[in-house]
Amino acid sequence: MNVFDIIGPIMIGPSSSHTAGAVRLGRVANKMLNGAKPVDVTIDLSGSFARTYKGHGTDRALLAGILGYHSYSEEIRDMLEIAKQDGVHYKFVPKDLPNTHPNTARINIIDDKGNKYEVQGASIGGGNIRVDCINGKKVDFTGEYNTILIFHKDRPGAIAEVTNLMREKYSDVNIGNFRLSRPIKGGEALMTIEIDGMPPEGMVQDMRKINNVTNVILIRVI
Amino acid sequence: MLKYDSIEELVKAATQKNKKISEIVLADEAKHMEKNAADLYAKMAENFKVMCASVVTGMDPKLKSTSGLTGGEGYKMRAYSDKTKGGLSGEFITRAMSRALAVSGCNAAMGRIVATPTAGSCGILPGCLVSLFEEKGYSEKDIIMSIFTAGAFGMVIAAKACIAGAEGGCQAECGSASGMAAAALVEVAGGTPEMAANACAMAINNQLGLVCDPVAGLVEIPCIKRNVSGVMIAFSAADMALAGITSAIPVDECIDAMNDIGHAMPASLRETAMGGLAATPTGIKLRKKVFGK
Repeated sequence: MNVFDIIGPIMIGPSSSHTAGAVRLGRVANKMLNGAKPVDVTIDLSGSFARTYKGHGTDRALLAGILGYHSYSEEIRDMLEIAKQDGVHYKFVPKDLPNTHPNTARINIIDDKGNKYEVQGASIGGGNIRVDCINGKKVDFTGEYNTILIFHKDRPGAIAEVTNLMREKYSDVNIGNFRLSRPIKGGEALMTIEIDGMPPEGMVQDMRKINNVTNVILIRVI
Repeated sequence: MLKYDSIEELVKAATQKNKKISEIVLADEAKHMEKNAADLYAKMAENFKVMCASVVTGMDPKLKSTSGLTGGEGYKMRAYSDKTKGGLSGEFITRAMSRALAVSGCNAAMGRIVATPTAGSCGILPGCLVSLFEEKGYSEKDIIMSIFTAGAFGMVIAAKACIAGAEGGCQAECGSASGMAAAALVEVAGGTPEMAANACAMAINNQLGLVCDPVAGLVEIPCIKRNVSGVMIAFSAADMALAGITSAIPVDECIDAMNDIGHAMPASLRETAMGGLAATPTGIKLRKKVFGK
């Protein structure tokens, strides 16, 4: 903790968990899009999010994050209109998502090329978030560190190939956290790697070239 | 390096070096965050700038919260203060009250604020410090520095107790903000670190047991007005401390008491909107007005 965790953040009100945290969840989805234009957004809201989202502006905050705004952007207030003007169709669906944190949102996005993205996460207090699910795969990261998501086929040596690349070519990078999600043996799997500092130029591109890796997404500190 | 596990540590460190608490905190945080002190000061100055701006935004007479339940209180208070030349409590205090209302109203209307320590209690530090800045002629630098003292006191409270209404009730949000503000006020006014600690203790003690019972679960009723009482308590605690009055119970023990009281509070009084004012017939009626059921 430092002094700016107490004095700050600078944010759009009214609630750090229901507004600022919601923007940050939306920003994870924005990073997934990687510059693509979202055209259809459906957001399931669970728990307290479902009950109070209108009064807290949680809907506008989530949309703002998806469209790349920050938790301090004054545009959040007018986000429903801004999204409409940008040609983004959006829908909010209060829904009971069982076994989730009380402030949980599931964001489904279709971009202008028809690609689909799904991000599920919770606003866990004070503007902090936890991402629980990406494109149907369980994850567990907070966005406090630069996070690399490596989608790959579950094959022997897949993890070693990634870590070997990091050791051989990017030895300055320190892994702070590593997690593997593999719903089916031999199927699609996801590595989540949180690193200290910024990833060096070229690392993500090099990771994409690794055998059995299908996609790599970098989620910069949000 | 400071541990921020007691206010006593901060007071001792500052007293030993014959410095202000803010000075030792800024130097320590610079070391801890591996940044230079000038950058951290600039970041704090930016926070103060936003506080001043949210006072202005919140003074709009047409200000309305997203729910429509609140709005315009800052303007009303300021107009009353001007018209009556300070109402009952005097110009300085009524204007400070209007600033607290304005910033909290700005928050409820989805304006930009600084969470100090939380969004729900964001009107208390500006209500105190912007008032000193605009009306008492203290230097901007001293005021910005004093926010490091407020922040350090908040770090200790967060470490020993908590600053979230969901955990410790409103005493943890507005109580903490008021204690932090009282310490900052004392420092700006030239009081000793010991006095700052006493002011914090007296401010916290006057809000022990305050529950978090927001109507409809929104940061509006009664939060906005509790920011006003937070300001009043901070000023009275700071003035008492500057007068040489001390808290019989040391501040660190007061913070422990706040923590114990928070744990003893039922969940219905910790931000769940199931008890207190939220559960009154009118509270329920207002909730239905906003959310329909």
